[in-house]
Amino acid sequence: MKAVIFGTTTLAAAAAIGLYVWQSQPTTLCGDTAVAGSAIGGPFELVSETGETVTDADVITKPTLVYFGYTFCPDVCPLDSARNAQAAYMLADQGIDIGTVFISIDPQRDTTQVVGEFTDNFHEDMIGLTGTPEQVKAASEAYKTYYRAVEGDPEYYLVDHSTQTYLMFPETGFKTFFRRDTTAEQIAETTACFIDELS
Amino acid sequence: MKRTTLAAMALFTLSATSAFAESVISITDAKAFETAPSALAGGGFMQITNTGTTDDRLVSVEADFPRVEIHTTEFTDGVARMMHIDGIDVPAGETVTLEPGALHVMFMGLQGDPLEEGETVPATLIFEQAGEVPVVFNIVKRDMAAHNH
Repeated sequence: MKAVIFGTTTLAAAAAIGLYVWQSQPTTLCGDTAVAGSAIGGPFELVSETGETVTDADVITKPTLVYFGYTFCPDVCPLDSARNAQAAYMLADQGIDIGTVFISIDPQRDTTQVVGEFTDNFHEDMIGLTGTPEQVKAASEAYKTYYRAVEGDPEYYLVDHSTQTYLMFPETGFKTFFRRDTTAEQIAETTACFIDELS
Repeated sequence: MKRTTLAAMALFTLSATSAFAESVISITDAKAFETAPSALAGGGFMQITNTGTTDDRLVSVEADFPRVEIHTTEFTDGVARMMHIDGIDVPAGETVTLEPGALHVMFMGLQGDPLEEGETVPATLIFEQAGEVPVVFNIVKRDMAAHNH
């Protein structure tokens, strides 16, 4: 099947980065997926649920779980988003306030209203972001995520995409990432550990 | 008249014989999760059990949406790839589970009519052997604890 590559990040590159991240893990107190470095994350400019242009500084104002997905995805994205929301609820129960962000990599279908309603389904405070194809591509590249829309169907096309969730801090940026088999409990625990470490 | 009776008897014998080695399909826990108001698609999940003696295959699903497809999701290096597949094998004596993160029925084109908790999605499953099997997907709230297995 022919495919359009929206991002210049190819699957191979994404896999290579994943390998790099995996191999460069220092020992840390906060779980075995932790990595050091500033290679992942950075400035982005996207459009919020209310239609305003926002930057990473506007969005990541506290420890935040960042996930890239699309709403025409009845299976994986809701599952991962629900898990991230659940981790946030668990931490809230412990008095720890974190943010959750869902960034659409399908700006063509995911309007501000669509991402807003999608994220509200999981957590009242989950921030849904979309943007122009260029803005989304830039954000995805900053986070080294991969996405590729499968060509052939103008309306009901599918999008292959990375499924890791990033833990980002406002000042210090990238802390670690979570694979999709990580449970909400594990995410809550690791996130609490990083918050503890820095306080 | 006599000929008709014989033909009918022959037909009866034939169908009785074919029923001997058949696919007997039962569906349990058919459900779909509620969606956001503006959602374009929703997923359906269920368990398909074949208590018969012949292997069967789910080849399509019909429901009142612009498009309904059978999908699976594969994961490679953290990348999720959802794919349209031609069917799902349901071998004799086995149960196949369609569950989040793997096999699912995708209801597409919900525009303006989201899946809402308490509603149902009547559908027809088409099997190679068993033919049409009616099913009703119950729309449920997404269980937030479902991820913790």
